[in-house]
Amino acid sequence: MSTHEATFSVLGTTAALFEAPGAMTLAAQQRIWALAREAQTWPEVREAVPGMNNLMLTFVRPPRHLGALEARLRAQWERAQPLQLEGRVIELPVVYGGSGGPHMADVVAHTGLTIDEVVELHSSPLYPVYALGSHPGYCYLGGMDPRIATPRRKVPVLSIPGGAVSIGGAQTGVSASAGPSGWNTIGSTDMCFFDPTRDPPALLQPGDSIRFRVEKVIR
Amino acid sequence: MIEILSNSALATVQDLGREGGLRWGVGTSGAMDPLALAAGNLLLGNEESAAGIEIPVFPFRVRFAEDCAFAVTGADCAATLDERPLMPWSTYAARAGQVLNLGMPQGGAWRAARAYLCLAGGVDVPCVLNSRSTQLRGAFGGLEGRALRKGDTLRAGAPGHATRATGIGLVPPALVLPLQVDGCPAMRVLPAAEYEGYTAASREAFWTTAWKVTPQSDRYGYRLSGEALEPIAAMEMRSHGIVPGVIQVPPGGQPIVQMRDAQPSGGYPKLGTVIEADLWRLGQAPIGSRVRFIQTTWDEAVAAQGEIRAWLDESRRLLELRQGLRYAA
Repeated sequence: MSTHEATFSVLGTTAALFEAPGAMTLAAQQRIWALAREAQTWPEVREAVPGMNNLMLTFVRPPRHLGALEARLRAQWERAQPLQLEGRVIELPVVYGGSGGPHMADVVAHTGLTIDEVVELHSSPLYPVYALGSHPGYCYLGGMDPRIATPRRKVPVLSIPGGAVSIGGAQTGVSASAGPSGWNTIGSTDMCFFDPTRDPPALLQPGDSIRFRVEKVIR
Repeated sequence: MIEILSNSALATVQDLGREGGLRWGVGTSGAMDPLALAAGNLLLGNEESAAGIEIPVFPFRVRFAEDCAFAVTGADCAATLDERPLMPWSTYAARAGQVLNLGMPQGGAWRAARAYLCLAGGVDVPCVLNSRSTQLRGAFGGLEGRALRKGDTLRAGAPGHATRATGIGLVPPALVLPLQVDGCPAMRVLPAAEYEGYTAASREAFWTTAWKVTPQSDRYGYRLSGEALEPIAAMEMRSHGIVPGVIQVPPGGQPIVQMRDAQPSGGYPKLGTVIEADLWRLGQAPIGSRVRFIQTTWDEAVAAQGEIRAWLDESRRLLELRQGLRYAA
C-alpha cells in the first residue's frame, strides 16, 4: 500500500519486509535495488529480495533485536541513491484475447475500455523489470498504464499456462510456467524464461526491459 | 536402490529446502514436516539435510533392490517390512528383495498426514541450485522435477550402512513438544503488516475459532474455511516477498496459509505468519481436520525456534550415545 512513511514488518521469524513510501516509481525501485545490494552484505541476511517498491530480507537466523535491524534499514533507505542497472530489451509477440486470454472480458468490464484500447495501452510502453518473484523466472514489471489496472480475482485460478500475459491490480506480467494465479489473463506469448542449468538460471534480471508486440487480437 | 511399487500420487523427493534462489523467483520447496525428515536422517546417521521421500497418499509400497538401512518418520502409518510390523520413528535394515508397505495413517495421540522414508546416505538425486528438493512449478530438482511414479527407482547414498543400525527410535516431536487448543492442533502466529486492516470481530474470530483444512490444501498452500475475515477497507497490495507460513486473505475472506511450495512473492493482504517453529504442525494436519491459531510475540517465536533446534540436538546426542555412530558434521 502507498503510505507517507516507509513501513517495516515481519513475516514470522523467517523474514522482514520493508516497504517504500509514496507512489510506485522506477526511481524508488532503483533505490530499492541499492538497498538490496547493501543489505545483502549484512551477516544476519540470507537473501535480500526486491519486490515492487519493497524489499524482503530473509534471515540466516532471526535477529534477537528487531529494532536494531529496522533502524539500520530505515537509515540506509534515507541514504540510498537510485542504482542505475544497464539491461537488455526483450521483445515478446503476444496474442491478445481468445482462449489464451480468458479474462480479457473482465478487464474490459472493469476499465470500461474496448479490447482494442486495452491492447493498445498494454502494448505501448517499454516495461522495466523491477523484480523477479512468484515462480522461477517470473518478472514483475513497472510502467503499466493505470487506465488498464484491474483488481486481482476474488478467487485465484488453480492453473494458468506458461506464457500467460496478465494484469493484477496496477501491474502486468508474463507467467514463466503453468501454475495458480490470482491475476487476469489477457493474452499469451511463448518464451523460455528459466532454465536451471543456465547461469544465471533466469532469462531476465532487474534492469532489463520487456516490450509486448501485438501479434494478433482475438475479439 | 529402491523401486516404487505403488501409483504414488504426489510423493516427492524433498530435503530441508532450497536457499538462495528467491532472486530468480525460486521458492524454497522442502519437506512439509522438516522435523520428521531431519529426525529420520539423524536416525540413520545421515546429515540432517539429506533428501528423503515425502509421502502424502497411502498405501505406499517400495521394494529394496539391495540391502539398505531406512527409517520411516512423520505419520504413524502401520509400516510393515514383508508383513512384519515396524515401529514408527525407528531404524531398520532391509534385505534385498524385501517390500516396505506404508498403510493409512493411524489415529491415536497424533494423527498426521505425511510420512517420510529416509534411506542410509540420503536419497541420491542430483543437487540442482543447491538442493535436492522437487521444485514442481519449475519442474526441476528431486526425480526429474516431478512427483514419483510406479516403476521409478531411487538410489540410496550409502546403502552399505545396512547392517549397522536397527531398532533404535525417537519419540515424535508432536508428543515431546505438543501444542493444542480445545483438542485441535495449534500453531503460533505473528501478526503481519495488514493485521490491523481487519475488523476487530474478524481478528477475534481468527484467534478464537477453529479453521477447517479444506480439500484444496496441498504443498503450495492450505486453504482454510471458517468465518469470512473482513477487511475494514479493501486492500490492493504491491507484490512483495512472502515465505512459507504467511497467511494471505484473498477478497473472499477465507485464509490461505502458504506452505513449502508457495510462491516466493504475492500480493494478497497478510493477516499473520505461522511461525517457522510451528509450520510442521500445519504441514501434518490432515484434510478435513481443524486447527487453531495462537497469537505470539517475536521473543516467543524466536524461543520456539530454539526449542526445535534443542530437540534436534538432543535427539542427535541420544542417538550418538546409543549407536556409537560418528557423524561427519
